[in-house]
Amino acid sequence: MKKFHVLPIICSLFFIYSCSENISPVDSGLEDKIFHFGNGTEPQGIDPHIVTGVPEHHLLIGLCEGLTTANPKGGSSIAGAAESWDISEDGKTYTFYLQKNGRWSNGDQLTAHDFVWSWKRLLTPSLGAQYPDMLYYVVGAEEYHTQSNSKISFDTVGVKALDDLTLQVTLNEPTPFFLGLLSHYSTWPVHKDTVLKHGSIDDRNGEWTRPGNFVCNGAFNLKTWELNNKIVVEKNPMYWDASTVQLNEIHYYPVSNVMTEDRMFRSGQLHVTSTLPSQKCPVYIEEQNPNLRIDPYMGTYFYRFNTNNPALVDPSVRKALAYSINRTQIVEKVTKCGQIPAYSFTPPGSNGYEPDTAIPYDPELGLKLLKEAGYDENNPFPKLEILFNTNEDHRKVALAIQQMWQQNLGIEVELVNQDWKVYLNREMIGDFQVSRAGWIGDYEDPNTFLDLLRPNRGNNKTGWGNPEYDRLVQLANTKVDQTERYELLKQAERILIDEMPIIPLYTYVRVYQLSGDVKGYYPNYLDHHHPKYFYLERD
Amino acid sequence: MSNNSSLWSDAVSRLIKNKAAMVGAIILFVLILCAIFAPYIAPYSYSFQNLDLGASPPSSEHLLGTDILGRDLLSRILYGARISLMVGFVATGVALVIGVSWGIVAGYFGGRIDSIMMRIVDVLYGLPFIIFIILLMVIFGRNLWLLFGAIGAVEWLTMARIVRGQVMSLKNQEFVLAAKAMGVSNLTMFRRHLLPNILGPIAVYATLTIPQVMLLESFLSFLGLGIQPPMSSWGTLIKDGVESMEEFSWLLIYPGITFTITLFALNFFGDGLRDALDPKTSDN
Amino acid sequence: MIRIILKRILLAIPVLLAVATITFFLIKQAPGGPFDAEKAVSPQVLKNLNAAYNLDASQWEQYTDYMTGIVQGDFGPSFRYPGRSVTEMILTGLPITFELAIYAILIALVIGVFSGVLAALKRNTALDFIPMAIAMIGICVPTFLMGPLLVLIFGINLELLPVSGWNQIPGDKILPSLTLGFAYAAYIARLSRGGMLEVLNQDFIRTARAKGLSESSIVIKHAMQGGLLPVVSFLGPAIAGLLAGSFVVETIFQIPGLGRFYVEAAFNRDYTMILGTTIFFSAMIVFFNLMSDIAALWLNPRSRDES
Repeated sequence: MKKFHVLPIICSLFFIYSCSENISPVDSGLEDKIFHFGNGTEPQGIDPHIVTGVPEHHLLIGLCEGLTTANPKGGSSIAGAAESWDISEDGKTYTFYLQKNGRWSNGDQLTAHDFVWSWKRLLTPSLGAQYPDMLYYVVGAEEYHTQSNSKISFDTVGVKALDDLTLQVTLNEPTPFFLGLLSHYSTWPVHKDTVLKHGSIDDRNGEWTRPGNFVCNGAFNLKTWELNNKIVVEKNPMYWDASTVQLNEIHYYPVSNVMTEDRMFRSGQLHVTSTLPSQKCPVYIEEQNPNLRIDPYMGTYFYRFNTNNPALVDPSVRKALAYSINRTQIVEKVTKCGQIPAYSFTPPGSNGYEPDTAIPYDPELGLKLLKEAGYDENNPFPKLEILFNTNEDHRKVALAIQQMWQQNLGIEVELVNQDWKVYLNREMIGDFQVSRAGWIGDYEDPNTFLDLLRPNRGNNKTGWGNPEYDRLVQLANTKVDQTERYELLKQAERILIDEMPIIPLYTYVRVYQLSGDVKGYYPNYLDHHHPKYFYLERD
Repeated sequence: MSNNSSLWSDAVSRLIKNKAAMVGAIILFVLILCAIFAPYIAPYSYSFQNLDLGASPPSSEHLLGTDILGRDLLSRILYGARISLMVGFVATGVALVIGVSWGIVAGYFGGRIDSIMMRIVDVLYGLPFIIFIILLMVIFGRNLWLLFGAIGAVEWLTMARIVRGQVMSLKNQEFVLAAKAMGVSNLTMFRRHLLPNILGPIAVYATLTIPQVMLLESFLSFLGLGIQPPMSSWGTLIKDGVESMEEFSWLLIYPGITFTITLFALNFFGDGLRDALDPKTSDN
Repeated sequence: MIRIILKRILLAIPVLLAVATITFFLIKQAPGGPFDAEKAVSPQVLKNLNAAYNLDASQWEQYTDYMTGIVQGDFGPSFRYPGRSVTEMILTGLPITFELAIYAILIALVIGVFSGVLAALKRNTALDFIPMAIAMIGICVPTFLMGPLLVLIFGINLELLPVSGWNQIPGDKILPSLTLGFAYAAYIARLSRGGMLEVLNQDFIRTARAKGLSESSIVIKHAMQGGLLPVVSFLGPAIAGLLAGSFVVETIFQIPGLGRFYVEAAFNRDYTMILGTTIFFSAMIVFFNLMSDIAALWLNPRSRDES
């Protein structure tokens, strides 16, 4: 009885709703100049000295600014908080001249003292910053940060304010990629008075980053933050280059489910997505979807060996495994999204660096190497375990490689996936044989990759160390001439590929969807896109 | 005991007359056969990939199509039946063992013991078990036996309550009092006298618990905490299907239908069992 | 009655204490800590981080510190989101999950009770079979299957309703509430049908009919009070189930509720957040179980805890 009356009411509500004007956020963005940004996971926070991660970077790049910024069209760094700089002959002293009208969002002048204090904060041991090594190239920085007794003063560190608008930085070596380093947010400034008003210099839980308290020197300012829902930033009129900024607001959405993000984009709720569901990629490529973007990206997908494991100590074994992987088949049949097979650890073309290493697909050679290492029918190779973090895409690659090793070398492989934290922990303590890994460059220079595999580097995790490799990489950092540098680095890369502590698989690409209304969003090798250049226009 | 056999035959004939329950029983029988003989009847191994083929719709070589890695869907559903049904039966078994033992002891001894035991049940009822299971899975990894144990540990509570209630009403019946007078040991009492008489409600509840367990397992798989790949339960197959439901809808439809039909069958059969054993609540 | 309530409340305290303790020590066993990141943390930094969060104290000391904090209502800082306290995060996510749960329960009750009562009244006719068949579907199709299907039909193919978000676009609350509520509507329909059938067979109903009372007055005034008793008892466990269901629905529809916070906290090893939400959920379940038991007792004082 009562049940039947409800039905017509519900139906008519549906009709009323669907007939009403449906203006999507993307449509209205043209008028109100609001950019809707799909940002992956909820950012941890916006304290540039504490957070780690890409969604945080997308947020911070609009809110704060370092000494230099990336050139949106590629190439060397351009002006940021510093309008120009001098580099000494020996390459070890940098003098930065700050913007004369550089301001914090509350109107205070941005001075060189702000940078000195900010770097002191980053390097304060009790803060627990996770990227202090960005500044270890500065004289005295590492010593200051790793001290255990607070005896060393910050005055010993090579960063000084010569006057209000001049900052002098002294480096240990003529680090050629130093300017690129400065585009990493850990080197960006924070507003001293605001931080200290809400806590001490090393207080991780201070409330200075709340909307209403937050002060920084970027193109936008923090307006509201709804946890796990939406973050809104608005144009900062105090920004030295405010005339370039055309957007009024940016809304960041933490959409962690990739399918949901895709749907939101297609229904006009987002201007840009953080990624693309992998099974959509071949579909969009084939239908020539105009919103699909596949940009070169400075990153390598690779497998790590635990070289301390008895089965994997012998480089011939590792090379045998590497030569039995058909990379072309993996990028064409498994990842299917424009990835590029990798035959070196450093992505080729990084700032003009072209490694000359090669990894053939030669299963017969692989078998021969295995035999030479002493494995045959009487002494079969033990079962191998591939560790990866729980993720469909990693599983697909691992399954393909499992089958390749099984078919080509007769090696039995077991796949073990763990969730993220457990996987990280196991890698760190060396509880693995082969593990899946990826590395994205922190700055555009081959050093960000080759440095990784030096002995005793926390991110090495393979247990491999080669003194000659180490010497070459270190020596390269003392050279100012790029050709000379790169020659040394290429030699190091050859050693790496000859001993194969890691197996490079493919070079990443940045895959995402971008609305046709968005202009000023250029492909960037490090995926740094400064929102001050974005604007919305429909053709 | 002659009391019981005519009751049983009454119940059985009532059950047979219930068409829905019979259809359910037949479906279950077929499924269990498929699960047991999966390695023999499945056309492919559940992990064999055909990367060149990728995802393809149903064809003559792959009756239900293939998934993104070219694995045959029919085979994966058959193997998935093994896992899902195994989880269902084993976890329910765990719940049965714990719950029945608990309930019999509490119901038979009554008094203080009963009070304490049921108080514990009450307390445990109030805990957010789902949360603990999630935590256990996250902490200790996705171990199949841990899964059985964890799920079983959630479902035994209601079983204990039901059994206790039944035993309490049986406790004062003649045959029990007679056995007691004869000096029968407690264990024998439980095994030979009480247990056969509460089999009915146990069977009903067990049959209705199995779908709950299967739903719970698939829920965990959806969150990424269930069975480890490449083995898959129907839960993982559905989860994968949801991811590709727009492009490769067969990956969602077939596992979804299979899962739903199985749950239907279990529920209809369980309902039929209950109606057969307790005619008051049936539709006669 | 008051005594029973007081007894239950007193009982709840050790329960919550036990929950907190078990969870605390369980989490400490987990491999992987909150600060593990792709870029390895140097031992020096790790030491500093652990010191900042009191993780270098003995487990017992951490436990007592934590417990004293809880009593004062302080669940500690979130490990994953520096600068945010767990209490604050719970208070942000709670109203949303609560709202979702209320809509779901309302949908479940309205659809469920009407269908169930109707089915009981028109037993063995089409009006009985159809709602019960639909109810069976609701029970047998998992939420994470129902949700995406509804999204596919109403959100993508028909483009009638938004597919994600909460409070962002008008109408985005419809699909999640429906998804979550439908399964419970199914259970409630079956329960109310069963309960109504049992009551309708009883003597006093026959007496009322013989006296010539109208059918609707019989149903509403006399039968429903007893017939809906199973539904009322079910509400307690239903809330518990709703919490679990909220994990899935909030994930599918991108709803910033407590359920999603919890699942992410577990994966991120955000210790304090996990502890805080676990204790909080437990308290809520205890509370709602108590409420539903009280309601059941009030509706039918004859039934004690005979189960």
